Amino acid sequence: MTAGRSPERTGQSMSGLLNGVVIRVTLRATMNRKRALLFAVPPLILIGISALLHATANSPVWPPEVLGQVGYLILALTALLIGGSVLGAEIDDGSIVHLLATPVSRRSVIFSKYLVAVVLTIVFAAIPEYLAGAIATGASSKLAIGLFVGAIVGAFIYNALFVMATSIFSPGRALAFGLLYILAWEGLLSSLVPGVALLSAEHYGLAVANSIAHNSALHAHLTVGTGVGMGIVVTAIALVLSVNRLSAFSIKGDVA
Amino acid sequence: MTAIELTGVSRWYGDVVAVNDITMSIGPGVTGLLGPNGAGKTTIMHMIAGFLAPSRGEVTVAGHSSWRNPEMFRQVALVPERDSVYAFLTGTEFVIATAKLHRLPDPEAAARRAIELLEMTEAQDRKISTYSKGMRQRIKVAAALVHDPEVVLLDEPFNGMDPRQRLHMMDLLHAQGEQGRVIVFSSHILEEVQRLSGIIQVIVGGRLAASGDFRAIRRLMTNRPHVFLVRSSDDRALGSALIGRPAVSAVELTTHGLQVRASDYGTFTREVAGLSRDKGIRLTQVLPADESLESVFTYLLAS
Repeated sequence: MTAGRSPERTGQSMSGLLNGVVIRVTLRATMNRKRALLFAVPPLILIGISALLHATANSPVWPPEVLGQVGYLILALTALLIGGSVLGAEIDDGSIVHLLATPVSRRSVIFSKYLVAVVLTIVFAAIPEYLAGAIATGASSKLAIGLFVGAIVGAFIYNALFVMATSIFSPGRALAFGLLYILAWEGLLSSLVPGVALLSAEHYGLAVANSIAHNSALHAHLTVGTGVGMGIVVTAIALVLSVNRLSAFSIKGDVA
Repeated sequence: MTAIELTGVSRWYGDVVAVNDITMSIGPGVTGLLGPNGAGKTTIMHMIAGFLAPSRGEVTVAGHSSWRNPEMFRQVALVPERDSVYAFLTGTEFVIATAKLHRLPDPEAAARRAIELLEMTEAQDRKISTYSKGMRQRIKVAAALVHDPEVVLLDEPFNGMDPRQRLHMMDLLHAQGEQGRVIVFSSHILEEVQRLSGIIQVIVGGRLAASGDFRAIRRLMTNRPHVFLVRSSDDRALGSALIGRPAVSAVELTTHGLQVRASDYGTFTREVAGLSRDKGIRLTQVLPADESLESVFTYLLAS
């Protein structure tokens, strides 16, 4: 059998890192779902809290405390919702088969979906984080800018982790993994066991934020070098695993 | 030319064997995978399409292993059974997106051709979420055919289609097979396979029960021993007359009438009427007791 019957194809490389069709379809699928409305609620609450505290509180400590802890928790949960759905929703409803029954490289599927998740997380979590910081301490304050840059870094790392989780686990288990990671590992253990911060996307982001803001109230446990270095390693491992898992994507048949 | 080869292929999930040591070759034309629900047809389809790794054995398409081989989809198309498409896209958007994923030089023209082929032009600009099950099935097939594949795998393609759509799809697949493409479809409905396919592979309990020309297998199915429930004005007299006939291998007198085991379907059905007339016995019921597809498959497996 040859490909002789098939029409002449364009010379574009299929091994590119990104695929425009996958990006557009993923964007529409993610923003189409009703829960996309939910993405906007937590950041609006954060901005509201910031405006309220700015108007009522006199303490100078609340901006790094609230925006560092609550803001980055919202960042993590938003990344879980978005990063967990860009691939997970299609695996869950089976529509991923239509995408994978084409010669498009699995690497470009993962990277395209990952890019969409990162951009949406920046829109729905990092930019609101900056707006909340700007309300609290001024648009050009180092804290607002630091938290914004740290949140962007966090968006890259969290989404790599959650895309990986959906490529490994069933959607329900991936969600459970994400919640355990955010609430138990980062929320509880990282404040009790110092070493846990080494494997915490939140602390990678806070390390970057602190390198700009220089504010001890951010409770950054890592240096910027360690945070960025570990962030790159974790992101790279997560993406490689995701590509590998998607390349071996299996659908269960009927069992006799 | 053999396009698809399964060599000693098994697939199990834990302790459950879904597909058991299947060896088959599939070439150009229409081939039907026939078997009852849960027989392992879908598992076989998924292994051919590279969406499932065999636990043992090898599956090749055009000489290359199908597992972890997305390049294969330049020549292969899969229409999955599951009714899951990007419902937020219109039919046209879905087929064009598929054409673009295949990097076709003119995706719009290719999509238009495929949509016309499936008679979906009228509904092409509606969102897929508004489609009936049959329409979804057809738009899935349009997307699958958009890159003019050599091999088309269709898992239960007639599910949800009305009779007219079903006939149209059968004609379409038949024409594709006539053009030298390899068309493989699965079905648990004997009539669908009978109408469409010259070659069938009968799958029962994860094993290949029969393979080859449909007519030969159909004959085997017809000539298998059949069990009939017969009621008459004098069951005992009719039973003693029937047991003397070569076409009858066993007769049991029950409270519900006679249970007759016939070794030859055609001969028995002809003889029982004549015999009862000769004996002056009035027949009130001749009912095949084991006509379910499962019983046919079980017989094929045993033979």
